[in-house]
Amino acid sequence: MVSLRVKKKVQNTFLFLFAFLSTIIAIIPLFSIIFEVIKNGIEAINLDFFIQLPGPLGESIGGIANAIQGTLILVTLASIIGVPIGVITGIYLYEYGKEKKSTLISFSVDLLYDLPSIVVGIFVYITVVSPMRSFSALAGALALAIVMIPIIAKTTEESLTLVPPTISEAGIALGIPKWKNIIFIVLNSAKNGVLNGIVLAVARITGETAPLIMTCLGSNFWFSGMDKPINSLTLLIWRYAMQPYPSAVKKAWGAAFLLLLVALALNLLVKSGGERK
Amino acid sequence: MKRRSIAKKLPSYLLFSLLILVYALYLVILPSSTLVINGAGSTFVYPLISKWSSEYRKIDPSMIINYQSIGSGGGIRLFINKTVDFGASDAPLNKQQMEVAKGVIHIPETLGAVVMSYNLPNINLIINLTGEVIADIYLGKITRWSDKRITELNPGIKMPDEKIVVIHRAEGSGTTYVFTDYLSRVNNEWKSLVGRGTSVQWPTGLGAVGSEGVASLINQIKFSIGYIELSYALQTNMTYAAIRNQYGKFVVPAPENVKQAASNLARSLPKGNESWENVSLVDAPGENAYPIVSFSYILVYEELSLLPGMNERKAKDLVNFLWWCIHEGQNYSLSLGYVPLPPEVVRINEESIRMIKFKGISLMGGD
Amino acid sequence: MNEDEVFYLFSLAVASISLLLLALILVVLVQYTLPVIKEMGFDYFITSSWNPVFGKEKYGILPYFLGTVLTSFIAVLVGVPISFGIALFLTEYSNKTLKKYLSIMIDLLAAIPSVIYGLWGFFVFRNFILDYIEKPLHNYFGKISIFSATPTGLDFLSGGLILAIMIIPIVSSVTREVLELVPTEIKEGIYAIGGNRYDVIVYGSIRYSKNGILGAILLGLGRAVGETMAVSMVIGNATGENALPRSLFSAGQTLSSLIANEFNEANPTSLHPNALVGAGLVLLMMAIVVNLGARAIVSKYKR
Repeated sequence: MVSLRVKKKVQNTFLFLFAFLSTIIAIIPLFSIIFEVIKNGIEAINLDFFIQLPGPLGESIGGIANAIQGTLILVTLASIIGVPIGVITGIYLYEYGKEKKSTLISFSVDLLYDLPSIVVGIFVYITVVSPMRSFSALAGALALAIVMIPIIAKTTEESLTLVPPTISEAGIALGIPKWKNIIFIVLNSAKNGVLNGIVLAVARITGETAPLIMTCLGSNFWFSGMDKPINSLTLLIWRYAMQPYPSAVKKAWGAAFLLLLVALALNLLVKSGGERK
Repeated sequence: MKRRSIAKKLPSYLLFSLLILVYALYLVILPSSTLVINGAGSTFVYPLISKWSSEYRKIDPSMIINYQSIGSGGGIRLFINKTVDFGASDAPLNKQQMEVAKGVIHIPETLGAVVMSYNLPNINLIINLTGEVIADIYLGKITRWSDKRITELNPGIKMPDEKIVVIHRAEGSGTTYVFTDYLSRVNNEWKSLVGRGTSVQWPTGLGAVGSEGVASLINQIKFSIGYIELSYALQTNMTYAAIRNQYGKFVVPAPENVKQAASNLARSLPKGNESWENVSLVDAPGENAYPIVSFSYILVYEELSLLPGMNERKAKDLVNFLWWCIHEGQNYSLSLGYVPLPPEVVRINEESIRMIKFKGISLMGGD
Repeated sequence: MNEDEVFYLFSLAVASISLLLLALILVVLVQYTLPVIKEMGFDYFITSSWNPVFGKEKYGILPYFLGTVLTSFIAVLVGVPISFGIALFLTEYSNKTLKKYLSIMIDLLAAIPSVIYGLWGFFVFRNFILDYIEKPLHNYFGKISIFSATPTGLDFLSGGLILAIMIIPIVSSVTREVLELVPTEIKEGIYAIGGNRYDVIVYGSIRYSKNGILGAILLGLGRAVGETMAVSMVIGNATGENALPRSLFSAGQTLSSLIANEFNEANPTSLHPNALVGAGLVLLMMAIVVNLGARAIVSKYKR
């Protein structure tokens, strides 16, 4: 009996150790990334970092202001296109998605959600960049919008589903038209969830790199038109990280610091914004 | 528990958002009406053009050169599509490309060399290599440092009996073009089996991204060999081999040896508006000429009014900038690891730049 | 037509954009891939030559397909047990506060942009892998072929391990949900017949939820397959025959990293761009198949 008890104890301890160590192993990279990005990034940050163009390659002067500008413009533009389409698609899926004739649409939203983002980049390259004969801010924003739409559609649908049926039934009982009921009553009750979804989608596209490589290319200058290449924080990190010049690598870490700050802040905002239920 | 929500928190975010907005406005308004001249292409000359762009800003603050290093192939594509005002390429346009880019002018703007760097512990001497041997190493036919063909080039150095770890660039690169151009020149098997190009099918070896990747692999892996551009080797103090030239002499890529490769060929160079397809500085004649050398080219159209968005003032600015690059601009080459153009080549370039016109009117020549 | 019908048609029109996009993506990708398949035939899928040199053009995507499979496999092999451990720790060993903060932290791993994983991977993680995993393995087991290549830290193993970290949030959160669905009766039943926590988890929870866990694994796999930036920065970016996975420590390439590295450099008058679009098409197919499988299992399970 003793040996059985020992065995059980060993089993339990083993299980606990396994669970505990797994958690530790997962947390270490998180802290390592945050620590390294802060440690290396903070050195790059000064006033010039925010207001200057990148200096000549290999020299430590200049900043990354055009990349910040580019990310702001791209994300804003992508959101202007992507958020309304995403939310309305979400409403459609919630309201009509269970019907047979809309299976195809809900299926394609799912597939779009699974699409590797670099494939979106190729698609926009062929359909926008190639005919326009130029990499452009517009192409970059479109690619990001395509990444954004299924995310927002799915979170919107999900949040609408969580609204207690009594709320929408009450509206219908009052004789309000269905569309008004959905927009002003159901959507309004699901406001937090929908907003959270939008914020998460924005956070996600702010960190996207792959689809931008072949759509907006990057630039060393300010935004100079929708039909011209534009820089972004992520492109700058990718390009500068591989340069043999320490000053360029430093700028990459600085940009990573900024990007990580935004990504973590947006995500924590959603988390503290509360459990959706 | 207090239930907080984004919606309820909105007012407190307002201030923060306002701050961001002001900054965003600043970023949007800031770009003044500065004239932008767009260029794209070779990553190899990126550091130099980037330096030129910032130095020239001091001379003419009213314009800016926005150069994108996307690789020579991409540069040629954008140049042919006329989406950039100038292109930059490590390889001259080939026949097909010349046909679609009618009226192109090649302006060699700097000289670069590719060096063979290696990691041989306990050997502090510069080793000697020949093109034949390098080709056979990269073909996988010479596999050990103690191979007779290496030791007989290096009497007095005790080569280790170790396997050679071959390292090459993984992505498309002008450096690879120059290196494989050289190997194709000196080794027929290489020419037929692999050929020259910005990315080729390597018979053997490890791939690394960027000069940085190649250099760090060489540093980490004992008994390795790799090729990197001179500019990077100089800045990082790497050891590199002396290579036997046509004359039979082993030469190191010192600036004057690189320059000699170009100046000896200057007489046979074509005019700016002719085809440069057959120009190659590898294995050039000259007693001290280093054999793995190449021009890097700026590509412009002879008639600038063909470009959308081009006007006379911009055309003039572009021409002035190019003129500055091949003269004063050359002073920045050495410190960045490039080699200044020999005077013979500068003279050819002067003639080429005088050919550039806007609506038929020369922009330089008259005055 | 009344207001509701207008609203229906309007939302239908907007929602159809997704359908249209997807159809267009498939058509465009297939259309661009055809020329290279016409030229290379089926060899495009099953050979390893990759030569964009004019006159010697040859394209085969086998190594990159295998690279994607291998890195994703490593990711799952390493990432899934860790995720499972985390899910266990959160459901079995944590109180409410600990659970809340730990799960926020794990979720934050998903919030970090991929390019930052790449930056960290290239400058920090790679050296760790090299010194503490690859060199010892190579020194002691170098005779075994998978450990035989000279370690550089830029290889399949690094790519796979960085993916392992990246799939932890999704796999652990789905696993956790699944474990929480295990009915208390099952657990209590096992305790009642003298089982301990180990028995409850191994014979109860895992058995009961094995389909759900499978779904979680597939979701992780889906995430790993489509990932681009982080992998492209640590995998070594070999091409052609050299990119075939011969060893864990040899430099490789995945479908997505190949596209990211070469797309802008490709000569438009050659088949090189078409070959890259084809790689994108294969990638898309892989992602769709894996994710569809995952979704089918997970949704069936939750119901």
